[in-house]
Amino acid sequence: MSDAVDMPVLRARGLRKEYGRGEGLVRAVDRVDLDVAAGETVAVMGPSGCGKSTLLHLLGGLDRATGGQVWLNGRRVDDLGERGLARLRRSAIGFVFQSFHLMAELTAVENVELPGLLAGRSPRAARRRAEELLDRVGLADRARFLPSALSGGQRQRVAVARALANEPALVLADEPTGNLDSAATLDVLQLFDSLHEAGQTLVIVTHDARIAATADRLISMRDGAFVDETRLTGGTTGELGALLGLED
Amino acid sequence: MGRLLLVGRLAVRDLRRRRAEAVLLLLAVLAATTTLTLGLVLRDAAADPYRNTRTATRGPDVIASGPADRLAGLSTAAGVTEHSGPFPVAKAKIQAGGRTSDVQAIGRDADDATVDRPELIRGSWTRAGGVVVEAAFAGALGVHVGDVVVLNGRSFSIVGVAVTAAAPPYPQANCYFPCAIGSGRDIPPGVLHNPGLVWLTQADVLGLTEEPAYVLNLKLADPNGTPAFIADHDVQMKSWQEILADATDVAKDSQILLLIGAWLLGLLAVASLSVLVGGRMADQTRRVGLLKAAGGTPGVVAAVLLAEYVLVALVAAAAGLAIGTLTAPLLIGTSGGLVGSAAPPPLTLSTAVLVALVALGVAVLATFVPALRAARSSTVNALADAPRQPRRIGWLVAASARLPVPLLLAVRVAGRRPRRVALAVVSIAVTVSGTYVALILDGYLTSHPPYGGYDGAQVAALRHVILVWTVILIGLAAVNAVVITWATVLDNRHASALARALGATPRDMTAALAAAQVLPALAGAVLGIFPGGYVLFIAIIGITGGDSSRATLPSLWQLLAVVLATVAVVAALTALPARLGGRRPVTDGLAAPG
Repeated sequence: MSDAVDMPVLRARGLRKEYGRGEGLVRAVDRVDLDVAAGETVAVMGPSGCGKSTLLHLLGGLDRATGGQVWLNGRRVDDLGERGLARLRRSAIGFVFQSFHLMAELTAVENVELPGLLAGRSPRAARRRAEELLDRVGLADRARFLPSALSGGQRQRVAVARALANEPALVLADEPTGNLDSAATLDVLQLFDSLHEAGQTLVIVTHDARIAATADRLISMRDGAFVDETRLTGGTTGELGALLGLED
Repeated sequence: MGRLLLVGRLAVRDLRRRRAEAVLLLLAVLAATTTLTLGLVLRDAAADPYRNTRTATRGPDVIASGPADRLAGLSTAAGVTEHSGPFPVAKAKIQAGGRTSDVQAIGRDADDATVDRPELIRGSWTRAGGVVVEAAFAGALGVHVGDVVVLNGRSFSIVGVAVTAAAPPYPQANCYFPCAIGSGRDIPPGVLHNPGLVWLTQADVLGLTEEPAYVLNLKLADPNGTPAFIADHDVQMKSWQEILADATDVAKDSQILLLIGAWLLGLLAVASLSVLVGGRMADQTRRVGLLKAAGGTPGVVAAVLLAEYVLVALVAAAAGLAIGTLTAPLLIGTSGGLVGSAAPPPLTLSTAVLVALVALGVAVLATFVPALRAARSSTVNALADAPRQPRRIGWLVAASARLPVPLLLAVRVAGRRPRRVALAVVSIAVTVSGTYVALILDGYLTSHPPYGGYDGAQVAALRHVILVWTVILIGLAAVNAVVITWATVLDNRHASALARALGATPRDMTAALAAAQVLPALAGAVLGIFPGGYVLFIAIIGITGGDSSRATLPSLWQLLAVVLATVAVVAALTALPARLGGRRPVTDGLAAPG
């Protein structure tokens, strides 16, 4: 589907995910090929149930594919065991979920430092990194707040900070604005824009045309397969970005 | 009436919908009610063989003993309807089967007296040179009809084995001479120690001693008026009620053990129910919302939630009463020395009411707070099936950051539900306390056979009771451990999946879920020994009026073994649920309510 890139951060070939068998067979992801270059932001759009989230789970090693291959930084990862996938997620992939998935009993800073602790960082280093990231997402003053005391937009910014905790090669975002109001959506859009500008590789699954407009490429998905791909000139510095007021 | 019907119908339907949980609830309460019933009815069950013997042998109401002149006139005293004797009694040493024991020999030429006709189990009645041995004593000595025994240096042939209601079975005894019953330390010279009972001809008795005592068996017009009769006469006397108490002495000890076991099991049942109920209430959030949306008041909601546990408690009480009553005779062990075996005792109203109240108490104690909480919950939140928020313990979160990943996750898993951790600690502590006391009692029983006040069969009976007690305790604690682990796994589905999405391996998560159970188990095991077990032992000694200095406390290695075994068993029991929980697909867990 995409143009060949010398060393893509993420590459998928013939990726399939099927449920059931016989007449009840459902192809949630149907022979998807994908290359994502370093620093590139790719948005995947499509109607509900078209397989976007499943694709993201397969790319991030949260779920097992029925067939096909996935490479991350040139290393094949679809054949890794559960432990290998866990290490991969710990070191190379950050997730942002629609419903934030923050630990309710942990404060913002404790949520953000958790991936660092799981990766074996010292408590001090993990905390320092978490505080830096919260500062970066504009929540330094909310570091000691529990998620229940934060707005939806603030929670998603905490989730983004957590996704960046271990400096991942790839951030996968699943409907990151799906549970947010307009103002909070704009906050998160700006945050993704800044990540993009900082060279972070992003794959974003979304319903939201505004967030898709911040991408370098927009891929349309139907019935588990990619049906269209559009290269957006300049990403957030292009016309759509200007239209949405996301440019400097 | 309509509301009551609705509450009952909803409760029954919910129980049917979750049969496995209902069975677990039932088993937890049943263990407590059965043990309590056993404890309450055991003495009545043990009393049956003595009553049978008393009827079969025309047992006396009062046995008077002393010098012949002191007994003169007693047979014609007011209130006496029949009598036999006075018969001469000699104290002697018996040598049989390579052992020497004290004995009291009663001179009875014939066994056809109007009062106290010892019933022959084997052989024939006394004749010159022939001895009849009391059945329990014969069992303890291991002698049979035809064997030869030596009494004060003279040989006698055993011609019969008999039972009587005029004396309690060996090792208990009526002391016609100064005697001591018990462990046998510091017995003064000349005092008989755990004397057995034999019958000889009167001539043979008088041949054994020059200073015989005499026994006189009396039947009274009012068999229940023995205390007044004894008080009116300045003679050494023993009533049939006192003999009954002696005859059921082991049953009394078993009863004390079982009642203590019942209370421990009651505590464990509260812990079991609390965990099960907590899990069920979490599943019932939406149901509560629907009930409230349909117009149910908080009172009706609480009544519906409580009703099913009350139903389970009542069924458990009924089943516990039936099982306890029917199995009580099995725990009495030997009825040697008495006629017939123990039969299921009649169930009294007070026993039934007490067992039902305890079952209801356990159910209400475990369910009241969750039911009240559910009844007061917001209807909107309940309809949305919002999960109960986990607790935050700030210092624990901070401290856990310094631990290796599995322990970090374990501490945080445990910290999310401190009440559940407390229940796990209590459950293990109660079990280990019971085990600690069982070790002490078992050590005491096995270090004093068979002359320590109990004969071998009685020691076996008491050890049987302790074994039953311990097995039920450990069984219920094991069920608790599995239920608590499973509740933890279910409750942490989302958090576990999230931790794995963030980089925790399945092994990290499995180890964390298991460690979240093993750490409370370790704490419970240590607390169960001290102060738990020690305090329980002191309490038992306080209740029974025993002498703690006669018991040997478990050694350090035994205690260490108990702690390690507890931890190992909990680890083994929780391994499978923890493994299943740690390896669930991440995407499934993320979809679970968080």
